[in-house]
Amino acid sequence: MKDSTLKSQKSRSPFQLRLRKFRSLKRGYYSFILLVGAYVLSFFLPFLVSDRAIIVSYQDEWYFPALRSYSHETFGYFESLGFFEDKVYPPETFGQESISVRTDYRKLQSQFEESAQDNWVLMPPLPYSPTEQFLDESGHPPHAPSAMHWFGTDDRARDVFVRLIYGFRISISFSLLVTSISYLVGTTVGATLGYFGRWVDLIGLRFVEIWGAIPFLYTVMILAAMLGPNFLLLVAILASFGWLGISYYIRGEFYRENAKDYVAAAIATGERNPVIMFKHILPNALTPIIAFAPFAIVANVATLVALDFLGFGLPAPTPSWGELIGQGRANIREWHLVVFPLLAMFCTLQLVVFIGEAVREAFDPKVFSRLR
Amino acid sequence: MPTASVTEPKDQLAGDDMSPLLSVRDLVVTFNVEGGIATAVDGVSFDVLPNEVLGIVGESGSGKSVTALSIMRLVPDPPGKLAGGQILYKERDIVALSYEEMRGVRGNEIAMIFQEPMTALNPVFTIGMQVMETVLTHEKLNKKDAFERAVEMLEKVGISEARARMGDYPHQFSGGMRQRVMIALALICHPTILIADEPTTALDVTTQAQILELMLDLKQKEGGASIILITHDLAVVAETCQRVVVMYGGVVQEVATVGEIFGKPQHPYTQGLLASLPSSLGGKHERLHAIPGNVPSILELPSGCKFCTRCEKVEDRCREQTPPLYDLGDGHLVRCHLMEDRGNG
Repeated sequence: MKDSTLKSQKSRSPFQLRLRKFRSLKRGYYSFILLVGAYVLSFFLPFLVSDRAIIVSYQDEWYFPALRSYSHETFGYFESLGFFEDKVYPPETFGQESISVRTDYRKLQSQFEESAQDNWVLMPPLPYSPTEQFLDESGHPPHAPSAMHWFGTDDRARDVFVRLIYGFRISISFSLLVTSISYLVGTTVGATLGYFGRWVDLIGLRFVEIWGAIPFLYTVMILAAMLGPNFLLLVAILASFGWLGISYYIRGEFYRENAKDYVAAAIATGERNPVIMFKHILPNALTPIIAFAPFAIVANVATLVALDFLGFGLPAPTPSWGELIGQGRANIREWHLVVFPLLAMFCTLQLVVFIGEAVREAFDPKVFSRLR
Repeated sequence: MPTASVTEPKDQLAGDDMSPLLSVRDLVVTFNVEGGIATAVDGVSFDVLPNEVLGIVGESGSGKSVTALSIMRLVPDPPGKLAGGQILYKERDIVALSYEEMRGVRGNEIAMIFQEPMTALNPVFTIGMQVMETVLTHEKLNKKDAFERAVEMLEKVGISEARARMGDYPHQFSGGMRQRVMIALALICHPTILIADEPTTALDVTTQAQILELMLDLKQKEGGASIILITHDLAVVAETCQRVVVMYGGVVQEVATVGEIFGKPQHPYTQGLLASLPSSLGGKHERLHAIPGNVPSILELPSGCKFCTRCEKVEDRCREQTPPLYDLGDGHLVRCHLMEDRGNG
């Protein structure tokens, strides 16, 4: 039993109290754990779902192909930065005869098992890659779901299940990145406008309004056509439009908080402007945008799906949900191409919405909650 | 610390040789409001002497809070504007100070206690952090020393178990306790002037007395800060102040020692205010005196004497020309035409 009247209890800040309330809203809290857990797990995908072996023991030497190419497989969509090159072991390393530069570890595994030597290969639990084409399956792609390919394959014979779970990481990463950049820029701009007011606000707000009048989709299309779409470019474009709404919220909150006595008290103690803005006012102004954050994440996931669907999204062969949904539209009779991508998107977004609902509720000053 | 002046503060007022610590000269503050420019403070002048408690009294809207905010340069701009005058502090004009220079004055040399202790503390930070922050802004101290200073200060303002309560949030404190914290915040850097803007208005009566006592007590112990006490409570003035500035309509109407104000009030407004106080000597069924009429809107202040619309002794000249401040001697200043034959304007 908790007794909140006991004085010996540790003091809780408003944020701690809200966190406690959030945790008591089970649906949102478990959705949060599930989603964060899944996202963290998705960074171990090269060891769980991949066509590269985790460990190869060949002629008494150990090789770690998945580890070696980990950075590329996980952060490969930052290609334009050029840090994360694909460091593969060529087939010759393991004495495999192949015309490809890539080692076929599944084949290598069966080869090693056939030979009587001590060599062995440890494959991930699901030994397929999201970009791998299973052209030797019977029939034409897309293949219907089977024991080997749980969600079937797409029109280029790639495993839909594997592409979906890789697409999850990309979708969430993309959305988190866009949301956090938007928040950072929006908060800074909104705080500056709201705190200083006067001509700063007058001129700044006009700039924000003009910026907001630029049509978003055309900008994406033109820039994607000019520069060639890539992950970072899309993040930059989306973030450069996403901060507008946040800046309005923060500006309004700052105007409201500015009038409160604690701000005057902070000025009266001789604090610097940046300290007053970001240390004193900001924590009090965050409530609306924190409650708004999960929905911003949903919106950005949906935007990426939409852009991919329209073909202005991530370049092929990046595993993306929108591209799969686009394939579903083109092959409307292949039910698995329609149902599974939409289901994945629906479940993820539903989880985020549950979280958002609970966050909003946690920030509600009313004691009794309809969600509990 | 000049001990003689602490024990007998009224003595120092007799001599004019004492140079003022803070001198407000012809201060004009205007607000740009819908319907025109409102002059909230119209040519206010007064001095704050070292080690005194100066009361500024007046009804709501008389410009007393705006005067106080001007000294801290806290008047919200826009819509407010320091349209004229000087505020001289240590031979420097506060009105002309740069932002950086002003930062050094605020909190460090002139500190302020606000009216609403409920909103003047930041709800998301612990009490300890807020008190420490003030020290850390002005003095080069490490966190640990600042913590000790804050604990010491909180103990001085009478917060029991100060060390344990450093980690508490404002919502865990009562109004009186929060005002104590505000006082600790204001005094921790040993300011020379403490501006208290109706510090007890939001508190209940028993707490009021404690807070006032605490302020005066600390003033003596902490080495003689001057206090500017803004209030509309004449009982508070009588109890705590040495000199009083009576304001009405953004103009200083009377300046005198507490004894003179309560004993020989000269301005009809001051007389009216004092007559409005309930008296224990009066008969049981005696009606409470009230100044007729309401405080005129700040946009519709009369020309001439600001009080002429409600004054019982109003004459024609009051409506036409603003009376000057007449000096009745001993620093007793009155802005009323009736003084013409008595003082020298």
